[in-house]
Formats: sequence, C-alpha cells, structure tokens
Amino acid sequence: MSNVVLEVNELTTKYVTRFGEDVYAVDHVSLKLEEGKSLGIAGESGCGKSTLALSLMGYYFPPLHYTSGEIIINGTNISKMSPDKVRKLILGREIAYIPQAAMNALNPTQRIINFIEDVFQAHDPNKNKKEIYETARKSFELLGLPAEVLQKYPVELSGGMKQRTVIAISVLLHPKVLIADEPSSALDVTSQKMVIKMLRNLMENGFVKSMIFITHELPLLYNVTDNIMVMYAGQIVEIGTAKETVFDPLHPYAKGLMGSIIVPEEGLRDVKLTAIPGTPPNLKNPPDGCRFAARCKYALPQCKVGSIDLRPAGNGRFYRCIFSEQELREAYKHG
Amino acid sequence: MKHLIQQVFRSGKFVTGFAIFVAILLIVIIYPRIITDPPLAIIGQGTFFEPGIYVNVYDSIVSPHYTLNLDVAATKRIASKLNDEDRLAIKEWLVAAGIPENEIDSENTEKLLDQWVNNYDPAQKISGMTNAKRNYFIRLNNSLKGLLSTEGVSIAVKNAETASLEETGVVVQSDYVNVSQVSNVRVLPLGTDNFGRDVLTELVAATRVSLQIGFVAGIVATLIGLILGLLSGYVGGLVDDAIMFITNLFTVIPSFVLLILISFSIGQDQRGAFTIAVVIGFTSWVWTARAVRSQVISLRNRDHVNLSKLSGHSIGHIIIRDILPYIASYVVMALILQISSGILAEAGLSILGLGPRTTEVPTLGLMMNWGLIYQAHILGKWWAYFPVIIVIALISFSMNLMNTGLDQVFNPALRD
Amino acid sequence: MADEKTLYLRASGLTKAFGFGRWKTVAVDHVDIDLYEGEVVSIVGMSGSGKTTLAKMLLGLIGPTEGEIYFQGKKRDISSRRKKKEYWKNIQAIFQDPFSSYNTFNKIDSVLLDCIHMRDGRKLPYAKKVELMTEACSFVNLKFEELTNKYPFELSGGQMQRLMIARIFLLKPKILLADEPTSMVDACSRATILDELMKLRDEIGMTVIFITHDVGLAYYVSDKVYIMEHGRFVESGTPDEVILHPKETYTRRLINDVPKIYEEWDLSTV
Repeated sequence: MSNVVLEVNELTTKYVTRFGEDVYAVDHVSLKLEEGKSLGIAGESGCGKSTLALSLMGYYFPPLHYTSGEIIINGTNISKMSPDKVRKLILGREIAYIPQAAMNALNPTQRIINFIEDVFQAHDPNKNKKEIYETARKSFELLGLPAEVLQKYPVELSGGMKQRTVIAISVLLHPKVLIADEPSSALDVTSQKMVIKMLRNLMENGFVKSMIFITHELPLLYNVTDNIMVMYAGQIVEIGTAKETVFDPLHPYAKGLMGSIIVPEEGLRDVKLTAIPGTPPNLKNPPDGCRFAARCKYALPQCKVGSIDLRPAGNGRFYRCIFSEQELREAYKHG
Repeated sequence: MKHLIQQVFRSGKFVTGFAIFVAILLIVIIYPRIITDPPLAIIGQGTFFEPGIYVNVYDSIVSPHYTLNLDVAATKRIASKLNDEDRLAIKEWLVAAGIPENEIDSENTEKLLDQWVNNYDPAQKISGMTNAKRNYFIRLNNSLKGLLSTEGVSIAVKNAETASLEETGVVVQSDYVNVSQVSNVRVLPLGTDNFGRDVLTELVAATRVSLQIGFVAGIVATLIGLILGLLSGYVGGLVDDAIMFITNLFTVIPSFVLLILISFSIGQDQRGAFTIAVVIGFTSWVWTARAVRSQVISLRNRDHVNLSKLSGHSIGHIIIRDILPYIASYVVMALILQISSGILAEAGLSILGLGPRTTEVPTLGLMMNWGLIYQAHILGKWWAYFPVIIVIALISFSMNLMNTGLDQVFNPALRD
Repeated sequence: MADEKTLYLRASGLTKAFGFGRWKTVAVDHVDIDLYEGEVVSIVGMSGSGKTTLAKMLLGLIGPTEGEIYFQGKKRDISSRRKKKEYWKNIQAIFQDPFSSYNTFNKIDSVLLDCIHMRDGRKLPYAKKVELMTEACSFVNLKFEELTNKYPFELSGGQMQRLMIARIFLLKPKILLADEPTSMVDACSRATILDELMKLRDEIGMTVIFITHDVGLAYYVSDKVYIMEHGRFVESGTPDEVILHPKETYTRRLINDVPKIYEEWDLSTV
C-alpha cells in the first residue's frame, strides 16, 4: 500500500455569479493520489475538471469560493488555509499547477533565467543567482531541455518549447503533486508528443511524486496516466485504471465518451462512433437523481430521484449508477 | 439593443457625463426663451460692469417711497465711502495732530469720524506733509461733509421757460423703495463685457453656437473618417493605397496649422459659424479614418464575412450589415470625442481671431478672444473670461466622461 | 472506378505567394488536386502548412498567384459578382469556429433565408420558406420552431455547427469544404456532426473535403487522404496506404506522433 500523497474528501466549491447565484461546479468530489501514480481527469467542457484543478490548490479567489470538504496534502489539511499561507507554503512547493495556455505566462520582456530567479526568490530569498542558475540548468537537462533556453527570451522559442519550459519551471522546487490542465491542447502533434514524453519523464525521474492530468483528449490520457477519472456536471461518474476505463467503461456517459474516440489505427474505419444527444444540465439548478439521466438511453424513472452515490466495482473502481455491473454490460452488448 | 442601452445607463461615469451635458443643453435651450434680449446687444455704456443687480435710479425716485428707520443705515452709508486707505490716512493725520494713538480706532467709523470732525483744521500745519497730501485731505473732508448731514437731497426740475430750478421733492436718508415696484431692474449675474454686453446672455448664446459648431464639425469629421476608413479597409489594394496617401498627408501637416491657413485664406467675409465647423471637420478626420480602417481590416477576414460572401451578398450589403454593426460602438465613441475636440478647435481658432465673424454670433472662443484683447485678465475683470473657461471645461469633461463610460460598457475588459 | 464518377473540380499548379523579393512567402506551392463526385477527401496538415489558404483558393475567396482551376470541365471564371454567385451555388464551406460564423446582430433565421434566396427562392411565399427551413433543421435534428427569432448567442456551439449543416442542406452544393468542423465541438457532438455530414453526402452526392490536423479524423472518414507540409502535398492515397503504411519520412513521423490506444505508442522517436 503506497503512500497517499494527496487526499481529497467531499470537496465542494462554487462560483458566485454577478447576480448572486451559486453554481456548484465541484460537487462532493473525493479522490486519493498515491505516490508514483498519476491520475487523468476526462470530461466535456463545463464538467468542472478545470475548476477541480483550481480548487485542489487551496487558492480561492472570487468568484470561486470554497464551500466544504478537505484537501490533505502530506498530512496537512489545506482546505481552510488563508490565501497568503497557501501562496507561501503550498504553491510550488507541495502542489504545482499549470493552467491552460500556460506558455502565455512567460513575461515577453524577460529572459527565462530571470523569470526563474523571480520564482526562486519568491520562495527562498536566500538563494543567489549562481545557485539558481545551476539548479535550473541541472533540472532542465534532466528533463531534456537544452541549457541555452535559459538565456533566451520567450519570443525566440516555439510553442512546444515554451510549454515544456513552463512545465520545467513549475517543478523546479520538486513539488509532491503536479496538476496540468490541458498542457498540450494548443500544440501540434509533434510538440504534443514532446510534452507528453516530458511529463512521463517527470514521474519516472521522481521529480514529482504524482501527477493530475486534465484533458478532453482521451488517447492522450490513456498514454500518460495510470488511472482515469471521468467527470460530468461537477461530479465524478467513474474512476478506475486507464485500461479499464477506456476499454471497459461502466457508466453510460463514460461509455459514450470512449465510444467517440477516433484513432488512426487498423480496423477502426468500420467502428460506429457513439453520439450523445443533448447538453449538460445547468449547474445553477442541477436535476434530482442522476445528472446524466436526461441524455442516457438506458434511463429509468428511478434514475431521476434522490441522489445517486458512487458504488464500488472491485479493485478500487467506482461508478455512479443505480444499475449493477452485469446489468450495464448486458445493456451495452445489445446496443 | 435594448439590453445594451440598459447597460449603458447603468454605467456611473456615463450617467454623470450625460447628466452634465443634458443640463448644459437644457440651459442653452430654455434660457433664451426667458430672457429674450439679443445676445450681442450692447446694453452697458462703458466697459466691464461688475456683476450685480442694476436698479434704475430715475424709476426709483418716482416709485413709492417707504420710510425705514434702521440703526445701521448711517454707519453703512459712511462705511461705504471710506475705504481702508482713507481710514489709515485719517488716523495718520489725527496722530500727527496730537491725538494719542491708542484712542484712535480705524475700524470704529462713528468714533473715527467724530474725532475727525472735531479736530480737522485745513489750516493746521503738519510737518512732513506734501501739498498733494494736504489737498487730498481737503477733498476727503468735503466728501465726508455731505455724508454727515441729515438734510436729505432735493429733486428739482428745470422750468422750461424761466430756466430756474423748481424743487419737486426731497429724498431723505431714511427713504427706501421696494425693488419689485421699480419698473426697471436688471440682474447682471456676470456683469458686462468690454463692449457693454450682458455676459450671461452672451455666454448662453455662445455655448449654443459652439455646441452647434462642435456637432457639425464632429459629424463631418466622423462621416469622412468612417467612409474613408471603410473603403480603404475593406476594398484594400489601390483604393487603400490612395486613401492612405491622403491620410498621411493630413497627418504630416499639423491639423491646427492647416486650420489656420484655410481659415485665413477664406477671408473674413466667408467665415460664418457653419463654414468654420465644416472646415474643422475637414481637417480632423484623420485618426478616425485610421482607427476605422484597422478595425475593418481585422474584421474582413472573419468567418461570418466569408460566409456572407459565399451567400452571394454584395460588397455594400457586407459592409453595412456585417462590418458596420461591429464597429458601431467605436464610431459612437469617436463621434463624441470629435465633437468635443471640434468645440476646442473652434475655441482655439477664435482666440487667435480666425474664428467665425465677430459681428453675428458669439462663440466661446470669441468671448475668450475679447477678454484677451481687452485685457480683462490684467484688469481683474474675471467675469469676462472665467465663466467661459468653466463652460468649455464642463463640456469637454462631460463628453469625455460619457466616452469613458461607453468604453467600459463596450469593452468589458476595462471595467473595474 | 474513377471513370464512372464525374470529375467536379481539377486544380493544377495552384500556387499562392505573399509579398515580393526577400519577403516572399509561398503559402501554397504548385498543388494538384482532382475532386470527384461523392468523394470524401481529407487534406491533413499542421498549422502553417497552407491548407487554409488552399481551401480559400478552391472556394474562390482568394485568387491564386499561379495555376488553373477547372470546374466541370471548363476553366473557372469568377470575374464578376454574378459569376461568383453562380460558382458558389456549387461549392460551399463550413468553418471551424461556430461562434464566429454568425453575425451576432442578426437572428439565425437570416442565415437560412439567405440560402433560400441564393437558390432563387426570394419570391416564394413566406409559408413555403418556413417549410423549407423546418425541413432543413429537422435534417440535423433541430426544431426550427424552437430556434426561430433567436440570436446566435442563445445557441450552443454544437447547435450552431449543426445549423451550418442545415444551411448546406438548403444550398445543396456539389462540393463542400469543411475546415476543421469538429475541432471546437465537444467529443459527444462530434459523432453527430460527422454523421450528418455523411448523411448529406449520401443524399445529394456531394463531395466533401475535410481540412484538418486530426489524423484520426482523416483516417476514419475519408476515401482519399492528402498530407500537406509547407504548401506542398507530401503524400496522397487511400487512408490505409497513407496512414497505416506511410512512405514518406514526414508522413511517417506525423503518424508516429499521434497517440495510439490499441497499439503501443512509441515515445522514443521524439
């Protein structure tokens, strides 16, 4: 039983709109990250995966508000910490977060090394420039980035290179957990591959103890993470190993999602893609019962009442549906 | 559309600016209906009458008189005649005449005068006093003599036949008239200018003319800028090159110099208010054209424009329905700024004497010009130029405020 | 096989260069392409490969610097507005971003009405127009009576893109150019859109050209694939030929860089 690096219990966070309405973007989410393992989060836009990533840092600012739940990293509960303390102690040291299009965070008027100096000095004012340069150079080389990058300006680097630089900078302080939100979606396939390779490297080299990877591109998740969590309308609907989730999904939404994957591999021209009609529910007034019921082709009246909890399916797998595993697999066989 | 207007009026800055502007407009429209005098009528004989209430003396003599016995009346009468200089001079003389200084209080008019009357002797020699000073004291004494008497003043009419004066009445110091019974009272809140014109009436009329000039100049400039910007941005190619060439010419030559040159060459006769407005419009369209052009260039490659083309719409249709609405907010803001700068440009021209003809209508700039030429600022006649400055500042301020408010509405990134 | 199908469009030596002398950039470099009736063709390329410029030239939105285009056997003539309109009855497009394809100030009805007018339907009675629009919407599983009089911002991305397909249904062009039609749409709606496009192709025998960077999409849906790099076609053929057994180095590298799930994805070749 390896070390649990990050534990999240029933985390609920909300957005407050301009008109004072509450939108619960993350609704009672629980997860456990073990050392040496990575977790992928998949889902449509608006399902709450990016909000979850933001919430996990413990760094809340309006309109995002913390409601309830715990976030325990390395034994410390950070969910009620003040933003200042979070910034000083947690960000960068325990948890590193890379938002979407992070490469735009690089200051176009500063060389990369100056940017890194800023990062270091914010956390550890005692390090001098020489030490910083050495640490940075060593880390960069370990991660496959040439040392010349340090002396360059962001505008001299390609998109892929910039993204990899930002990832490298965010792990310089060796955080326990790295959270990456769509790190490669703005890049072409070749740069994407380099980013993926680097992320795998980070895990293998022990730079970070574990990683959370968020994307809507499922083939990527399968190749990077050990476990996959599928989110829908702010809730976890399925969680299991990558192989299980992609090849044997249980929850009807997960099944639909996996059925829409297109890969250029032999024999896949004849497979029918699954389409899921309709749109996700409005999180201002989430419906009773299963939030996916309105679009689910197997839905019964029982699905639309009460609240549906996650049920275990053995080996740490969970899914949120009233049907049993056999019932679901039978239904899928018949289409 | 309705939603947009609601949002616009929720912006504090816009509403403030709009309120000030509307207030100015209302005054400009309503004032002439109350006070119907022509603004350039010369009503004062003499220059720079101070602001105040002017009561016709003749009418007050023939109005019913009322007797009021007020204690302070005498003191006030004398106090108004004796200014600080005179008081100090009296004190000086009294001290020189031997009255101990601590008994003299230059503030206490009654006592001071008492001491003066009792002690003044024109023949008395004071050492160190010049002839001029001695004459001054004689004059002072004479003017004070009349004040202290309680005789009243006689009103006499000249008999046409005998050429002698016949007393028709007496005006006593305790006679008062009710101002509302005097048939001719004129309030001049801002006095008169150097020509003798009522500054307030003139100011209202000038504001109206300046606003009109500003509107016309702004509309002309915005229209030219919009049309040239649209054409050069959308059509591109040679048309763009040609229009940009003209724009560059106008940029390189400072617009104000151009304005002066054109204004000068038109000649005094042709320079009416409308002509000046059009001339200002013709020289200030440049930045509007540039800005519209760059917006249009970025818009013309948008998908909805391409789709419009693929649906067979003509260039005119595309420009009006697919491009214009997207730049409309910008054009409105540009219009507001052009109006504001048109007013300022006219003021600038007029100060230099190159504005509209001075004999027809006043403009804000012209009033400044008169103030400058006739040295109102040196003479301390603040009412001839200061209110004008405030009005110009208010107009500019309110328009810029409206503009900032609109900017925040149309560009959510700027909201605080 | 190819002789049975009609040749709709032939482009030869198509080139587009911007700028002069030292600053000259060639976006499309002597491209040849033949498009037959009912074919589904994919042009695959990364950003900067020139595929969008090529699409715009085929559409007639940009003029080529060099090269000829023949439409239905005759040299394409789009010199006047009327000739352009005639050409565009036969070739249309769907763009990548559904949100920017609509004029936000107009109701969505105008988009469909424009299509009816383009097919000389301006004089039809309004009821008949509504009938046509309802039919077009139901083809893409949308209800016209729910959408009428709405503005674009009231619809979702998927609905907007499908409305674009309804537009094509009304126009019934011979050739449809789809520029990344599914990249900005959720995974769940992707299948729906591809389905509807193929249904349309089956109904009216339309040629569909997909412009995309998604190799998986090209593999799944096309009869013919062209790989484009730096303005040139590097390789072309059937999906099995080009994607499963690529010959050129560039193509091989490209296919390798796409993440796989059934086969082992080799990361060492970066």
